[in-house]
Amino acid sequence: MARLQVETTINGEVREFLCDAEQSMLDVLRDELGLTGTKEGCGTGDCGACSVLVDGRLVCSCLMLGVESSGKSVETIEGIAGDEGLHPLQRQFLENAALQCGICTPGFIVAAKALLAKDPNPDEETIRYWLAGNLCRCTGYDKIVRAVQDAAAEMSHPG
Amino acid sequence: MLDRFNPCEGRVTVPTREINEGIMDNYAYAAPSSVAETVALLADHASAGRQTQILAGGTDVLVQMRAPGHTPRTIVDIKALAETNRFEISAAGIYIGSAVPSAVINENAQLQEILPGLLEAADLIGSTQIQGRATICGNLCNASPAGDSIPAMIAAGAVCEIATHSGSRDLPVEEFVVGVGRNALAAGEFLLGLKLPMPASNTKDAYLRFTPRTEMDIAVAGVGVSLTVEGKQCVNARVAIGAVAPTARLVPAAAQALIGTELDAQALQMAGEACKAAASPISDKRGTVEYRKKVVAVLCRRAVAIAQQRVQGG
Repeated sequence: MARLQVETTINGEVREFLCDAEQSMLDVLRDELGLTGTKEGCGTGDCGACSVLVDGRLVCSCLMLGVESSGKSVETIEGIAGDEGLHPLQRQFLENAALQCGICTPGFIVAAKALLAKDPNPDEETIRYWLAGNLCRCTGYDKIVRAVQDAAAEMSHPG
Repeated sequence: MLDRFNPCEGRVTVPTREINEGIMDNYAYAAPSSVAETVALLADHASAGRQTQILAGGTDVLVQMRAPGHTPRTIVDIKALAETNRFEISAAGIYIGSAVPSAVINENAQLQEILPGLLEAADLIGSTQIQGRATICGNLCNASPAGDSIPAMIAAGAVCEIATHSGSRDLPVEEFVVGVGRNALAAGEFLLGLKLPMPASNTKDAYLRFTPRTEMDIAVAGVGVSLTVEGKQCVNARVAIGAVAPTARLVPAAAQALIGTELDAQALQMAGEACKAAASPISDKRGTVEYRKKVVAVLCRRAVAIAQQRVQGG
């Protein structure tokens, strides 16, 4: 088997891995690097469960080859919480009960973080459009939207 | 085989034996660093009877790779090329390289002002995540009848710049898609980017599609319009329809119905009827032939009104 050796930065750490040419970034994260926080939902870019940031840009890791991450900086759900504890988005998802089964949650949190980096105070419509590529079968979305709004408020007015 | 990959070095990881014997058991990946190298790689594969797949954003390609029966081939990543990353806006025109993601063009304030219709089409394709990778050139190469960016490109007068073995050639977008899922690229060629004329301040475009849902859906019908208006009179127009024929189509008769008029109700009606006449849709779960023909006429009238408002409203 032709395996490719790739060096990339994941959650701030330089990582090397071997992958097959056709292996997705999602499969590399989960199967080669043991970062199983990123979930596979559909595998075709429809559900957003596998969302990660690549050089700050929100993407579906199922629609990217692992080899394409060479020289890039990748951020996954494992990189969201800081040393001091949960990220406000993670805390507000818990506070608002914005998850049930939890499969979609890492994707929502990574996507919401990308939104708040671009727009620290998004209105409800902006949040719903931004997160239209993240599907959730449990919550009905309202709690997710409120969690993002509460996290935005907390991040704008810490304490 | 183990090979170190770095896109900047443009290493090619195809075992020689596989190239020579024209067989391929596994996928291979190459990220050439120059157009010449890319064209040579494509030519080598073509002469050996081996398949290649150009990769830019990959949002269609990776899904296709997982389809049953997809055969291993060499993935040729064109994102390491300077030419495909070109994104320029100047008085001489606009250039959108084939590796430039939708999110990058959609965020460009200048392009929002000068080509609002092209961007509203690009912004309809996929989610935030998809737009972070997907390219409008990929949307064009994928050649879906319902590709939203294609009618908007045609209306805006976009021309494809295609890398060939001997250099490059230009082809208007309306001639690029030749059938459902088929484009005009010959073996060994690939799309470098799109060239668009710089619209005058009294030229504006618009794109409208109909979908049952507002997000994450595929067009039942779509219309792209570009209008040039002097005073109240329309002096130039381009109208293109999508999702109502095997390929997006330029509709010169619709443009003729608008040019020389003040874009009154009768002119809009005639342009809509021209779109309807140019449509040859299929009936499927998204809509019937009759419905699509009716809707394409309505979308034409509304898109013309939006483009007119964009010129006259500021």
